[in-house]
Amino acid sequence: MEKQRYERPIIVKMNTGLMNKFGTKSENEPVTNIESVPVKSLLKNYGSPLFVISEKQIRRNYQNAVRIFKTRYPKVQFAWSYKTNYMNAVCRIFHQEGSWAEVVSGFEYDKALYNGVSGNKIIFNGPDKSDEDLIKAAKNNSLIHIDHYDELYSLIRLSEEYKLKPRVAIRVNMDTGIYPKWDRFGFNFENGQAWNALTRIINSENLELVGIHCHIGTFMLSPGAYTIAARNLCELAWSLKERFGKMVQYIDLGGGFPSTNTLKGAYLPGIDTVPSLDQFADAITDVILGYGFRQEELPLLILETGRALIDDAGYILGTVLATKRLSDGRRATIMDFGLNSLFTSLWYEHKISPAQKLGNQTEEMVMFGPLCMNIDIVRESITMPMLQKGDQVVVHKVGAYNMTQWMQFITLRPNIVLIDNENNTHIIRKAENLGYIQQLEEVPEHLKKPKV
Amino acid sequence: MRVRKNIATSDEGFIFNPTTGDSFSANTIGAEIINLLKKDLALKEVADIICDKYDVDRSLFERDLEDFTLQLKDYSILE
Repeated sequence: MEKQRYERPIIVKMNTGLMNKFGTKSENEPVTNIESVPVKSLLKNYGSPLFVISEKQIRRNYQNAVRIFKTRYPKVQFAWSYKTNYMNAVCRIFHQEGSWAEVVSGFEYDKALYNGVSGNKIIFNGPDKSDEDLIKAAKNNSLIHIDHYDELYSLIRLSEEYKLKPRVAIRVNMDTGIYPKWDRFGFNFENGQAWNALTRIINSENLELVGIHCHIGTFMLSPGAYTIAARNLCELAWSLKERFGKMVQYIDLGGGFPSTNTLKGAYLPGIDTVPSLDQFADAITDVILGYGFRQEELPLLILETGRALIDDAGYILGTVLATKRLSDGRRATIMDFGLNSLFTSLWYEHKISPAQKLGNQTEEMVMFGPLCMNIDIVRESITMPMLQKGDQVVVHKVGAYNMTQWMQFITLRPNIVLIDNENNTHIIRKAENLGYIQQLEEVPEHLKKPKV
Repeated sequence: MRVRKNIATSDEGFIFNPTTGDSFSANTIGAEIINLLKKDLALKEVADIICDKYDVDRSLFERDLEDFTLQLKDYSILE
């Protein structure tokens, strides 16, 4: 006689009380394919855990964002935020679509050059630019966004010394009504520092002022904040035109648009609460179009959107290492990926789906990573079907920041695979090995023969 | 390892503990195990019956059974 399908015995205490109208939705619908590629074959061929990126989804996101802005404003340019995900393959998809590069360090700048971006299409942000970085960027005609007075004066000195004519903008910080106020980057709008810096640039002989930039925060949930930011930048642009007869070529509103991930502590899921890109586009373009600039002098609108274009194109696939019960009775599941690879589990309640059909019974559990560290928690509480050793899961919306902020800590970082438009798979970053980790280490001569 | 005498169970997996007033819901295999334990079967005999009936590796079931009985003790269903 054929044996019946086994399911782990489970008993759940029934609680009486008021019903929660929102309920607790369990994510027990299996996700067996990414695009058209079976999760099982991905894990079999490339190992577990595994990052997977969908090229198709990146292109869909990019084209959708361009359409949203270009149907509202005549001159729009996106610049791919390298720090969000600087895998060369990912950057090149964005560049193929027409995106410039937005970088915040000499390392990222060189990466953009390596990816074939011409110097005049690289926006150089950030507080850390060495003299060598500034000279290189100026020679390449890049857009240098000045962060502080020390950088402004360095650039003036270098441009005189090396006979350069750098194209510059300043980063402006301001109160847009959100908390925390990001005032550590750039020059302040309200206290007049930004205006003073702009005046200083106009009066310098060697710097060419081409734009004004701001980046008001990250994972912004209020389109209204962008209305204020756009208005303040327009006010600066207008004042430059009135006072000096100089119209800037572009206004750069930076990035900060959220993805639909759910932030920790949020009452409702991100998918229900995050404003759409259309709302942000309305907030920005309505202000610029209505400010009073003549049609021919309307500045180019630059956007450095990162997270909103890549998050839902990335997945991490993983396997259950073990399950156990904690002393307080909670169920615990230990996965083969944790904080070290999935850095964003510090910020988000990531959606996690089983990768195979499991029973209908669900249970609440803590999901831990594999690190021998108490803080290594992927989800503090998640309701899933009853997982057991060897079961596979899919974590959604991990494309932003994980592949740049991940840590080589305790375990090695896994393969990253790209699924292209024809559903072919390509390794775009190989899994690390001991040799890779140790190649920069050196052992002093007297320690080469340890007595053990 | 015995189920308290006054624990009420149904085949569908509804369990009621009149001493504490708590109600519980178990899945099919959970309910089956409780009913076997009510008949004073030893854990080894429970494992024999379940492994014979269901497609499960014995060592995996023994781990699950240990976890399950810990929960039953925690809920004061086992003496």
